[in-house]
Amino acid sequence: MAQIKKAEGFIDWLDQRLAVKAFMRVMMSEYWIPKNINFLWAMGVVLIALFAVLLVTGLLLLMYYKPDVNLAFDSVNYTIMQEVEYGWLWRHMHGVAASATFLIIYIHLFTAIYYGSYKKGREMIWLTGMVLFVAFSAEAFSGYMLPWGQMSYWAAQVITNLFSGIPVIGDEVVIWIRGDYVVADATLTRFFMLHVVLLPLVILAVIAVHFYSLRFPHVNNQDSVELDFEAEAQKYKEGRIKESRVVPFWPVFLSKDFFVVGFFMTFFFFLVCYHFDFAMDPINFEPANSMKTPAHIYPEWYFLWNYEVLRGFFFDIGGIAAMDIGLIAFVFANVVFFLLPFLDRNAMNTAPAHKRPAFFVWFWLLIVDMIVLTVYGKLPPTGVNAWVGFFAAVVFLGLFIALPFITKLESKGERQ
Amino acid sequence: MRELKILAIVIFFTAVTYWGVEPYAHSQMHPHVAPADFRFKDMEPLHVNGNVDNGKALVEANCLACHGIESVGYAAPMSSEDAAGAYGVVPPDLSHAGVIYAKNYLAGFLKDPVSATKLSHKFNDAKPYAMPSFAFLSDQEIADVVAYLQNIVATKPSDKEVFEEACGRCHSMKYDAWNAKTPIASMKNYLGAEAPDLSMMIRSKKAEYLNTFINEPLKMVEGIAMPRVGLSEASQSQVIAYIEKVGDRKKAERESLGLKLIGFMAIFTLIAYLWKVSIWKRAA
Repeated sequence: MAQIKKAEGFIDWLDQRLAVKAFMRVMMSEYWIPKNINFLWAMGVVLIALFAVLLVTGLLLLMYYKPDVNLAFDSVNYTIMQEVEYGWLWRHMHGVAASATFLIIYIHLFTAIYYGSYKKGREMIWLTGMVLFVAFSAEAFSGYMLPWGQMSYWAAQVITNLFSGIPVIGDEVVIWIRGDYVVADATLTRFFMLHVVLLPLVILAVIAVHFYSLRFPHVNNQDSVELDFEAEAQKYKEGRIKESRVVPFWPVFLSKDFFVVGFFMTFFFFLVCYHFDFAMDPINFEPANSMKTPAHIYPEWYFLWNYEVLRGFFFDIGGIAAMDIGLIAFVFANVVFFLLPFLDRNAMNTAPAHKRPAFFVWFWLLIVDMIVLTVYGKLPPTGVNAWVGFFAAVVFLGLFIALPFITKLESKGERQ
Repeated sequence: MRELKILAIVIFFTAVTYWGVEPYAHSQMHPHVAPADFRFKDMEPLHVNGNVDNGKALVEANCLACHGIESVGYAAPMSSEDAAGAYGVVPPDLSHAGVIYAKNYLAGFLKDPVSATKLSHKFNDAKPYAMPSFAFLSDQEIADVVAYLQNIVATKPSDKEVFEEACGRCHSMKYDAWNAKTPIASMKNYLGAEAPDLSMMIRSKKAEYLNTFINEPLKMVEGIAMPRVGLSEASQSQVIAYIEKVGDRKKAERESLGLKLIGFMAIFTLIAYLWKVSIWKRAA
């Protein structure tokens, strides 16, 4: 048993029982971050802020939401939006934060790709990050169903139906997921459970692992310099602050993050109050109607690139049905980002993309291609649109198939 | 400087994506149509001035068998249920018809209701429209009827009254406790479709779309059962104002609170910036 003395104050009292001082040192004041970073390194903290917004507003919405096909729409659009004090604000914040989260996730993800932060010891950070991406996708999809509007219903219909493409057991899987032969009350209730209990638990747990996995390889920096963190930390602690190449998480790193978070949240509240249609599609303010198919069915913007990879293959090739090719490409697109650290065959080169000419071209082609896929994922897939979507989907697959070769050549070039 | 360059790149790609999935995609999904036409140019305007007294006699002889005019003491001849059973849809009360509907439209409607409402895809000789054509009246007589209907409107109807008379026979407004006068079953039988509840229309369709749509539904949705109702520009903006009042009741609160939230975060950002500068001055 530890030596418990009469406490000198509340903090000391806590410290003797919970070692809060040591905890704060490890988590905050002696958690070392490289100095040569830019604001893109603040995206993680922006995501934490957005997740906090989602959690708090979600709890408030949960007090009035009713997961029942006959009550859901009105509980959201009448009770919450009109009757509950500031209910509209919680809903708008929740909806816009969901969309904003994906914007920041994409920036966070492409930052990691650009600066090579997914390899050379940082594979677990990348993989847990990708698990978070998938968990957030499931969270967003299940949440979108809850207001039980037209697109809630039809997106649920289309997306759950994708599982029928699984060989042999496909049709049974679809029924198992829906809990009914069609998307109905059972479907809504189970996706409600996923949205408010299971997936948030998974997300919280994976966030913890994501942070933990960051501690050993340390945060990368914008020049990908290898730092001796212990030596640099020693310099900082000795007061050679300007000479040291690291700063503590608290208060130095976070002071910058607070500024970035503030900057972003200013814009966020503009969106919440004045420009929310991009995140809260007007069509979902129409009640779900199984007899009336909307003229255009499309997912939220952050799933569009994925959706277009699925839909881009619109004609049979070599006797394989278009639908099957699309599904294979779709599965590929969802899995391939996980494999990125292993597709990069030049694992020891962590230089940022602008110092790796071939990879630099690959990176920007990927960005442009994914934007093309995103835009054409929303446009009606007719005429020339279908072909643009097809070629963009082929380029997407091609880029990932080419990556091992590009990086292998790069590593050969370096050895000569 | 480097940070600003990175920020510019991030903003550029975000903006391009936004433009592609929002304004551009929507312009492709909803092709541009001609703006609302409140003069109803497709119908020949009347070139004569109406006589109110003649109009009164004509209305009493021709309209009151089916329509009520409550403001001048003519009750509807049948209950809503009976009227819906007899005609398919409840005929409107005419108390404010003279101001709710555009003058040119009213005249054209009296002459040829099916053309005026643009419902020829729903009604024909085999399935006649509930409102008969009064093409046998002369232009002068039609002008007299219109003049009378305009004359009896003593006070401007409220937004809600315009909605009830112009839309509320077929449409419900659940969030304002309004039930369509015509029962749903009759509606389905009459037009072959249910008229949707309009409570959230302002959020699902937006004011701009509604303005073109209400003026001429068929132009926006192929084969739709909704008639062109012929609202004057003023009364249509009253209808949209009412739909907005019901469906987006917190709009004013949202727009005023928005400024405060943005202001709060701007001050937070400024303080955070000053704090950051003071801390990094020591560190870097």
